Amino acid sequence: MSDHLHAARPVPWALHLSLLALAVAFPFVFPSNFMVNFGVMALFYAFIGQAWNISGGFAGQMSFGHVAFFGVGAYVSTVMQMRFGFSPWWGLPGAALAGALVAGFVAVVSFRAGLKGSYFALITLAFGEVLRIISNSVDITGGGLGMLIPMKAGVANFQFEERSGFYFLILLFAAASVALAEWLRRSRFGARLAAIRENEDAAKALGIDVLSEKIKVLVLSGAMCGMGGCFFAQYFLYIDPTIVFGVDKSVEMLLVSMIGGAGTVYGPLIGALLLASISDITRVMTQIQGLSLVIYGGLLVIIIAYLPNGLIDLFRRRGGQPGGKR
Amino acid sequence: MLQVQGLSKIFGGLRAVDDASLSVDKGRIVALIGPNGAGKTTFFACVAGFHQPDAGRVHFNGQDITGMAPHLIARHGMVRTFQITQPFAKLSVLDNIMVGAYQLHARDADARAHAIAVAQKVGMAPLLGQAAMELTVAGRKRLELARALATNPQLLLLDEVMAGLNPSEIVEMVGIVRTIRDLGVTVLLIEHVMQAVMSLSENIYVLSHGRVIAQGAPRDVVSDPAVIEAYLGRGAAAIHGGGTHA
Repeated sequence: MSDHLHAARPVPWALHLSLLALAVAFPFVFPSNFMVNFGVMALFYAFIGQAWNISGGFAGQMSFGHVAFFGVGAYVSTVMQMRFGFSPWWGLPGAALAGALVAGFVAVVSFRAGLKGSYFALITLAFGEVLRIISNSVDITGGGLGMLIPMKAGVANFQFEERSGFYFLILLFAAASVALAEWLRRSRFGARLAAIRENEDAAKALGIDVLSEKIKVLVLSGAMCGMGGCFFAQYFLYIDPTIVFGVDKSVEMLLVSMIGGAGTVYGPLIGALLLASISDITRVMTQIQGLSLVIYGGLLVIIIAYLPNGLIDLFRRRGGQPGGKR
Repeated sequence: MLQVQGLSKIFGGLRAVDDASLSVDKGRIVALIGPNGAGKTTFFACVAGFHQPDAGRVHFNGQDITGMAPHLIARHGMVRTFQITQPFAKLSVLDNIMVGAYQLHARDADARAHAIAVAQKVGMAPLLGQAAMELTVAGRKRLELARALATNPQLLLLDEVMAGLNPSEIVEMVGIVRTIRDLGVTVLLIEHVMQAVMSLSENIYVLSHGRVIAQGAPRDVVSDPAVIEAYLGRGAAAIHGGGTHA
């Protein structure tokens, strides 16, 4: 009985706080560049995975094209900075707005046409590809050459002397995204999303405006992806169309969420820790590019076969839910 | 409260609902019966906004709601249930009912309290923690009803809430429907279980091939030759001792 997404008991505050404390302590315990970078990547995947999870997991609108919102965020913030001289910190709200607008457009177009399930997934994939091609062919984005953001260390430039500056920033994003997911579990909006995920007709019959709720959740998710894109650009200081609009980013967001547990509060974090670990381990041990995703894909098959609700089930069973009820 | 005039719905060459009219007065329990395939569920779907009718008007509380989106009709106070139950399968019974309760209450705690109160009215209080997909048929039917009731409707459209229930469950469900009416909710029900129809409803409409062929008090309707013919075939009325309509 503890398997059901919404029937599970709310994650206790003690757990939230102790995880946060662990995350804050991490760069002090493991100050090496390698480990802090690992932490940044894990939290980054957790954040964009949560962004996907909010629409794909909680609301059940499976998308293969969330990279569209991510890439638009990366490009808008970088173009604002490089072409128009805005501070990269202004790029952050700019990226959120851009991600939200593109997501709103995709949502209105596809949900109004009644696209669901795999049809919705495919059209989002197409939107991502269209944006990749556009960014490849217009001048303002630097085309296929991409854009290089000059290194100018200083907090005012969204660049930190210490890598841990990035770590704490992305930790803030990730923690806020977990708080958002936890709120969804306890709120009217979240209950409506769950209803839509489970049965749209029944949701309509109860007076839920299915179209507008779906648009809202995709806009929210798109805004988060846009912020993720801005962070990505500032962390790596280089973007090009294949990097920020590549299908692999969409797949990573979705896998992180599904492997950890779609529609759960901590699923994306669990999936992200696994993805970041596998990616670092394969990078250190072999030179084969993309091997981490191969391993990750294999794990996905195993997990779907044995833990259809994601890795989070391992914790639930062991963590014990007395009586198995909510 | 509800007036339907000349409603028609055509699927391809089939007139599923053909110029059907019906009215429901406030505080009543009205039944819509008819043989399988008569168009009852299609009629409901048109009234509740799930299908666009091809002709006819639907007025609810004096307002023309023809062709309005289903969620808006539900917000006006007319809520339907489904013949084939449509639970939010992975959610608990409480969370299912809370989805309805959230239409009234924005706050989690208020919606929860309201949902629990509704569950008690329909006898689901012991099942609150169960997932909807683990319920029996009787449980699912009750859940359909509870979820709709939690939105505080003025008019409930119940589509075969008795189907698939055993005799003792039917008796309980009849009691629940009556309680709901006594709480001030008007009820329009589609039903095949005649025992329930006869004991619950004050007014019956009979639909056959999409047309309303009879209307009136339960006793009169069941002895109407046209109704007997619709259910049992031509000539059955005479055998049944009904009368003149051979």
